[in-house]
Amino acid sequence: MNIVVCVKHVPDATADRQFESDNTVDREGVPGLMSELDEYAVEQSLQLKEKRATGDGGEEVTVTALTVGPEGAAEGLKKALQMGADKGVHVVDDAIAGSDAVATAKVLAGAVRKLGEVDLVVCGMASTDGAMSVVPAMLAELLDLPQVTFGSVVESQDKEFRIKRDGESATEVIGATAPLVLSVTDQSGEARYPSFKGIMAAKKKPVETWSLSDIDVDAGEVGAEAAWTAVISTEARPPRSKGEVVADEDGSGAKALVEFLASKKFI
Amino acid sequence: MSEVLVLVDEVDGAVRKPTYELLTIAKRLGEPSAVFIGGAEAADAAVEAVKKYGAEKVYVVDDSEIKGYLVAPKAEVLAQLVEQASPAAVLVPSSVDGREIAGRLAIKIGSGLITDATDVQPGDDGPVTTQSVFAGNYTVQAKVTKGTPIIAVKPNAAAPEETAGAGAVEKFTPTISDAARKAKIVASQPRQASGRPELTEAAIVVSGGRGTGGNFDPIEGLADSLGAAVGASRAVVDSGWKPHSFQIGQTGKVVSPQLYIASGISGAIQHRAGMQTSKTIVAVNKDEEAPIFELVDFGVVGDLHTVLPAATEEINKRKG
Ligand SMILES: Cc1cc2nc3c(=O)[nH]c(=O)nc-3n(C[C@H](O)[C@H](O)[C@H](O)COP(=O)(O)OP(=O)(O)OC[C@H]3O[C@@H](n4cnc5c(N)ncnc54)[C@H](O)[C@@H]3O)c2cc1C
Repeated sequence: MNIVVCVKHVPDATADRQFESDNTVDREGVPGLMSELDEYAVEQSLQLKEKRATGDGGEEVTVTALTVGPEGAAEGLKKALQMGADKGVHVVDDAIAGSDAVATAKVLAGAVRKLGEVDLVVCGMASTDGAMSVVPAMLAELLDLPQVTFGSVVESQDKEFRIKRDGESATEVIGATAPLVLSVTDQSGEARYPSFKGIMAAKKKPVETWSLSDIDVDAGEVGAEAAWTAVISTEARPPRSKGEVVADEDGSGAKALVEFLASKKFI
Repeated sequence: MSEVLVLVDEVDGAVRKPTYELLTIAKRLGEPSAVFIGGAEAADAAVEAVKKYGAEKVYVVDDSEIKGYLVAPKAEVLAQLVEQASPAAVLVPSSVDGREIAGRLAIKIGSGLITDATDVQPGDDGPVTTQSVFAGNYTVQAKVTKGTPIIAVKPNAAAPEETAGAGAVEKFTPTISDAARKAKIVASQPRQASGRPELTEAAIVVSGGRGTGGNFDPIEGLADSLGAAVGASRAVVDSGWKPHSFQIGQTGKVVSPQLYIASGISGAIQHRAGMQTSKTIVAVNKDEEAPIFELVDFGVVGDLHTVLPAATEEINKRKG
């Protein structure tokens, strides 16, 4: 079985993220890391590999970590390899800069196609920067595959998958047959930390670097120029100014709280 | 004037409030056409409901063939309707399913997609949207530059305006591919109704964190005295005190109510991502150094287990 897990290198969410003067995300001024939400995708891929290896027949599973992004994005791949992915693919091309979700999905789809027979494409539930949560659906559409997103429990036998999903108004169990695109939530299980052994082993794992021409994606279809949406303006929200904070003494806190709510007409 | 397609959000035939908000926005952009994909028996009631909020046309799509599958068939329905109606825009709710329907639709019809819009206004070359990004630290305005604008709109983006529309019913029979019927819902357990407002739609949200120690009585008591929805931090969900549907934050729900009251919540960046754009923020926390206090309009340093019940009692007394 071949699993591709998509990981994104993002600006650290706990740092001060900003926009550049051209309204693109500043990806240099802020330290980057693999999107935390992709750790869960890597974890589920590795668990699947481990389960299948010890199951009857000892099926061999290859986990390929795939990332799209500038030079620095290789750092994100490294994390996935240290956790236990078998190999990495980094699609890097100057033309990709400024790509929107559609273009990103096209590049990912091109790389998945080039990888050949893929049974499962696993993604995180959202990136911690763009947070649109649409790339898995777009990827599925481009690859003409079924999609099951926001999975919290993943079970499988051969090509049959059963995924528990917290939907909007119900908890659902979804059935689908591989090949398919899957996204998993942070409820799917704590992601492992790279072990010392994992960190050492990662240094020897193969990482391929592909350009757009390697994956048959037309440079005219990606990048800021080709984006199907445009940012008109970005504005930092004025920082919230800290309001009044009172200490509760013998019930004074509750009274002050109610007075505040009443003054704002919430009562 | 061109049509603007609005995907109706409904549960068992009951149209949900965000649909009315979408119709109100659609009216700014053109002629609202509602797209109802559901059971034939529920169609009449849904048509009546959307008519009241300005739907000039209602496409009724019988879902008996596509019920029980995830989003792919709905994206096919919309793609075929776009082809037929050449609308000025397509509006869907920015929910988990809504965004994914929109994502697939964008690829199918080669059109740009904007998600999580908190406002949509007509512009010189198509709709202009407003979103809040980076945990609410930035406000971004954007537009679609290719194809038919597809916009996923968040709850509370507009105040629903009642205005009678013609509500002309047009039955539409889509062609659904086999490929779209490959992710099947094999079991479904509806979430228990709490009797409280829906978290993402509520005007007031009262939420509790690890500081509750798992006792949500003070949180729920205050919520009920204010007619509010109840939310929680991830620490609460991870401890198994409340299901994930209560979680507010980066990996839970994003809320933007008039009033947000956080008790026993420290205010981690991932939590802020889900509540920072609330109009008024109040916190009760026994640690005066808790980061949540940096955001508040009003805060109480104290024990939630005494402050909240006392406040609740006082509110109930005032209400008489
Ligand atoms: C990838 C990722 C995604 C995440 N997504 C989310 C998310 O969506 N939502 C989310 O909330 N978190 C999320 N988190 C977790 C987040 O980082 C915090 O760990 C979490 O928000 C902490 O919850 P808390 O504030 O309830 O608990 P704590 O941080 O433990 O804070 C408890 C607070 O309660 C106060 N307190 C204790 N007792 C009392 C009392 N009796 N009265 C009053 N105050 C009291 C304490 O002073 C403290 O400030 C995410 C983390 C990661 C890594």
